[in-house]
Amino acid sequence: MLFVLSAMLIVLIPGCNSTEKGGALSGDIAERVYVAPGELDEFYAFISGGYSGQLSIYGLPSGRLFRVVPVFSVDAEKAYGFNEETKPMLETSFGTIPWDDAHHPDLSQTDGVVDGRWCFINANNTPRIARVSLSTFETEEIIEIPNSAGNHSSSFVTENTEYVVAGTRFSVPYPQRDMPIDEYKGNFKGAVTFIKVDDEGHMNIEFQIMMPGFNYDLAHPGRGASHGWMFFSTYNTEEASSLLEVNASQNDKDFIAAINWKKAEEYMAAGKFTEVETDYRHNVWDESTQMTTSNQVKTVRILDPAELPGLVYFLPTPKSPHGCDVDPSGEYIIGSGKLAASITAHSFSKMLEAIEGEKFDGDAYGIPIINYDDVVAGSVEQAGLGPLHTEFDGKGYGYTTFFISSEVVKWEIGTWEVIDRAPTYYSVGHLMIPGGNSREPFGKYVVAMNKITKDRYLPTGPELTHSAQLYDISGDKMELLLDFPTIGEPHYAAGAPADLIMPNSMKFYRLEDNNHPYSIKSDAEARVERDGSEVHIYMSTIRSHFTPDNIEGIMVGDKVYFHITNLEQDYDVPHGVSMIGANTSELLIMPGQTETFVWEPKRVGVWPFYCTDFCSALHQEMQGYVRVSPEGSSVPLSWSLDGEKMGGE
Amino acid sequence: MRNVLTFIAVSAIFFACGGGGDKTESSAPGQVKMPATLAEAEANYKSYNGVGPIESFELTSEIDEALAAEGMEIYNTMCSACHKPDKKFIGPAPAGIFERRTPAWVMNMILNPEEMVQKDPIAKLLLIEYNMSPMANQNLTEEQARAVLEYFRTL
Repeated sequence: MLFVLSAMLIVLIPGCNSTEKGGALSGDIAERVYVAPGELDEFYAFISGGYSGQLSIYGLPSGRLFRVVPVFSVDAEKAYGFNEETKPMLETSFGTIPWDDAHHPDLSQTDGVVDGRWCFINANNTPRIARVSLSTFETEEIIEIPNSAGNHSSSFVTENTEYVVAGTRFSVPYPQRDMPIDEYKGNFKGAVTFIKVDDEGHMNIEFQIMMPGFNYDLAHPGRGASHGWMFFSTYNTEEASSLLEVNASQNDKDFIAAINWKKAEEYMAAGKFTEVETDYRHNVWDESTQMTTSNQVKTVRILDPAELPGLVYFLPTPKSPHGCDVDPSGEYIIGSGKLAASITAHSFSKMLEAIEGEKFDGDAYGIPIINYDDVVAGSVEQAGLGPLHTEFDGKGYGYTTFFISSEVVKWEIGTWEVIDRAPTYYSVGHLMIPGGNSREPFGKYVVAMNKITKDRYLPTGPELTHSAQLYDISGDKMELLLDFPTIGEPHYAAGAPADLIMPNSMKFYRLEDNNHPYSIKSDAEARVERDGSEVHIYMSTIRSHFTPDNIEGIMVGDKVYFHITNLEQDYDVPHGVSMIGANTSELLIMPGQTETFVWEPKRVGVWPFYCTDFCSALHQEMQGYVRVSPEGSSVPLSWSLDGEKMGGE
Repeated sequence: MRNVLTFIAVSAIFFACGGGGDKTESSAPGQVKMPATLAEAEANYKSYNGVGPIESFELTSEIDEALAAEGMEIYNTMCSACHKPDKKFIGPAPAGIFERRTPAWVMNMILNPEEMVQKDPIAKLLLIEYNMSPMANQNLTEEQARAVLEYFRTL
């Protein structure tokens, strides 16, 4: 009995220790994030993978990881970037790139409300924007952004998904050329790109606005009354090209750039653009053929803000503003000066009045600078140190992260008073409230994404997972509920109610709609074709065999394409396949889908291949053999199943 | 000791409460007694209509050739990877199927295979007979399954 009691005490002690972090009633808190076996989470969270290049899908409030969607980096588990179907997705004007730094997921919207169709995300390093389907949870499209570098103030969508924007963080010579770096000023430019999104989600670069050579850091669209405008924060208005740590932090104020994209559309329609030569790739997945095509595009249309009045205005904003966030009403534009202690709120209606009354304080490269006092609505004073990003709960409050003082601060829109503050562990960057950058946030939880983890998890050597933290914001006070680990370094995230996404989640691809050029619709079509040293195997899978599973007549020096169609037509029955010695990844083929890997056999012998995804009680039996003969051999090409020759010479 | 038991019981209740909705489903007791062998079941096959959307139905006296042709096409795409018309393969051969199964049973096996292998006496025995190789649910519509049955009549 004593033993049992001591055991119970031991169990309780760590719970007591954690109360300073978890609140007094940690048992109660555990229940609030506990999603029982068989139960489902209330929200989806789409969390950027940062330097992993991918997009992670989590459930809230449990913090459970469901899937990692490969976007900008290869993923051998899913054959992304390895199979013939997805290789073109990673093509750029610089050639194939197997990695990038994925930053800011943003969900498509209709009437300013998250609509659950697509998630967009940007590649920061080699500038690109990707679109992920929230039906298949696959990357369907990647468009490269020309004339840009450090694609950071991206990929934010306007309130009817008219555009997704991509802004330049590292201004570069325009046009790119061989020139001295110290001649940066005036010669480097920061392109801001507006990508039109059509009803199917397909992207097309409509125009670029060639802005002065500042660093365009983050962005958010206007909504409601301010729909038609896009706001970008800037730093390095000093136009430094070296030791930016010091030299880009000299000015007391930088700018938020207010871009009137409806005006830009008028100028485009009036032909006020210059069409210039360029070179970028536009890679599109076709669900019908299940193939990605990489297209080269050679021109882009440029608008010059110095020549086009009313297109861009600068709003002075203190201390290198980072986050640029718009409240649900669209009236307030929040600039978080990352080297300041306060948060600045600009007023959209005051901005319009100031423009009307021409209350300008000079210009920068021909772009009018609005008087600070004539646009500012207020500021949240001394809220913390190093404000970065703000999201909204839809109940009149903003929530801002403070990197230096490691906290989330809740403040009231309009009075600019601090209501509550909660510590983060540690050094929080972005935060996310589901729908928190839309007209209608779902203000129940906020996820804080921290840069420093230190003592929050069991150590795993020098490299630690980045910690996310979940807070309940349904009451007056924020309550820390949960820590959960993440992949890579999450920057932004987006969230939506499960009810919005779940019903559209695809269960399997319909075989009748599979127009892959190498698909087969039945075993009768299974075959092997030789064209010189190129061999195409048209193979099928179903629980639990390959058809054909014995192939002879392959020779060293051949290039063998395995085109495998999964004939299953049911939910959750993928088949995998891998071949000994193949210099590529496995395939993971969803029901009704066709995928292709290439094998170049180097050694004579009989070589097995097998199913890599446990598919049934007979999964271990799901294998086959390929006989490889010497180059020039007379062994005829033949293929069979169960001893029955299906075809061949 | 009694305290310990109480503690355990209370814990169990606590966790049970956290579990949310009650989703247990009582497995339907079979109306027909479980046959010992497939042969025994087949001798009495008219008693088994299976478990699923089809309660019972009769085939027409004449074979509808157009429907059978349509069924053959569906069979070739959706079924032929595991079933050869007149030879035991991954699964049983459909030739002469209506001498061993009722039309409703065949429909239910196509439309509802997961539940059939759990609850229907013949399907349970078949799963064992075929080394636990599952019948894949190919998500045919009732109309498609009906066409496949018509094709089976021509075999």
